[in-house]
Amino acid sequence: MLSVEGLRSRYGRIEVLHGIDLSVGSGEIVTVVGANGAGKTTLLRCLSGVQPVSGGQITFRGEPLTSVPAFRRIQRGLAQSPEGRQIFTNLTVEENLRLGAFIYDDDRVGQDMQDAFAMFPILRDKRDLPAGGLSGGQQQMLAIARALMGRPSCLLLDEPSMGLAPILVAQIFDVVKNLKSLGVTVLLVEQNAFGALSIADRGYVMETGHITLSGTAEDLIADPRIREAYLGV
Amino acid sequence: MPELMQFLLSGATVGAVYALVALGFTIVYNASNVVNFAQGEFVMLGGMITVFAFQAGLPLPLAVLIAILAAAVIGVGFNKLTIEVARGAPVVSLIIITVGASIFIQGVAQVVFDKQLHRFPSFSGDDPIRILGATILPQSLWVIVGAIVVFIGLWAFFTRTLVGRAVLATSNNRIAAQLVGINTTFIMAFSFGLSAAIGALAGVLITPITLTSYQVGISLALKGFAAAMLGGMGNPMGALVGGILLGLLESLTAGYISSQYKDAVAFIVILTVLFAFPQGLFGRSSMERV
Repeated sequence: MLSVEGLRSRYGRIEVLHGIDLSVGSGEIVTVVGANGAGKTTLLRCLSGVQPVSGGQITFRGEPLTSVPAFRRIQRGLAQSPEGRQIFTNLTVEENLRLGAFIYDDDRVGQDMQDAFAMFPILRDKRDLPAGGLSGGQQQMLAIARALMGRPSCLLLDEPSMGLAPILVAQIFDVVKNLKSLGVTVLLVEQNAFGALSIADRGYVMETGHITLSGTAEDLIADPRIREAYLGV
Repeated sequence: MPELMQFLLSGATVGAVYALVALGFTIVYNASNVVNFAQGEFVMLGGMITVFAFQAGLPLPLAVLIAILAAAVIGVGFNKLTIEVARGAPVVSLIIITVGASIFIQGVAQVVFDKQLHRFPSFSGDDPIRILGATILPQSLWVIVGAIVVFIGLWAFFTRTLVGRAVLATSNNRIAAQLVGINTTFIMAFSFGLSAAIGALAGVLITPITLTSYQVGISLALKGFAAAMLGGMGNPMGALVGGILLGLLESLTAGYISSQYKDAVAFIVILTVLFAFPQGLFGRSSMERV
């Protein structure tokens, strides 16, 4: 569904992605794990088109994506729930969700919103409140729900567990796992390697702008190098 | 009593002018958090282009239409050539750029048009209408109704339409707006075009009363800015109420104290209000968890 070949990106003169190769098959949950600063977020920003690419190719559903402007990628079926829960703080919860379906104006928008409320009931209770007043966990739920309102075939999830209490982390990972049954392909970027690998089919390990290891999630969890470096055992 | 009524009527007229300018600020501010100090120049352009199109022999309604469309196009070009080029610069730098652009537009207008005062005929004649012993010009009613109509239109736009919310989303978080499929470049161009058109409409409505020249823009921009701050920047209701309040304050001060003190009293009241409500009377208090 999504394939990346030799992807390079730079901030000014400093290159932070030095040729990334990865692929995500239809219906898979694939995770990219790695330490802070490895370039995981930059990778997702490139995939969404909000970070310039200086080399390499992105192909999505058989079509080149590299030169498609960011705001058109959601029409192709690629949505992102960005790092740091970048919701619209000055708008209400419901307005945030409605904007998630900005490119749609049909009856399904209302149904999708009900589905989002069913997935995260707390958002229904707070639908008329400004999103800026939600707690961190609720903002994360809103960011995921907003991305799903765009009816993605592939969802890019950036650090959904960052800064959340353990019980919320478990809840968010449950939701991600369930997306698979809804037919949504997921590319999950996480520092929480164990949590991410335990729900993923395959994984990549990223270090300072390179992919250093890849394999099935079970193999990676069992790999002694991973266990030492990321799982703390 | 007739005296008070007269001060109120003239205050409402001047206030409606300030409100129209303040409403023009609202859109660009909501899209980009930039206070566009060139807003006054669009008011000037609205009046001046109408004057010259009318003098060239066009019927007045057509001249008005051309002026508003031309201002909108200039607004879009202004965004393209200044704000878009400097995208990513701090908001303060962008505001300074609008001040520079304002001076530039004024200079060009001085050359393209001239340095004289101009007017064109009122829309509904110049016979004063008597209300409770006071009088008001028919054109003043045009200005007041214009301000109210623009207010209602903008209020509905921001609270009832998806594009209006997309404008708010663009200023709040440009990256996230792109991620949900909003063409933020278009939203910016649209915002500048619309606010320039509203500014031009203001210029068209007031020119028969106040006359126009190449340099009316700056002072109107400052008064409109004060009105918008008083009401709460970004909120159409704040722009309307702030504008009318400022106009009434000036008119009552001029009437009962001295016209020399009207600006001073108005600004003292604004400062007092802002000490108590830093967001303005109708401003959103920004609440954000990190």
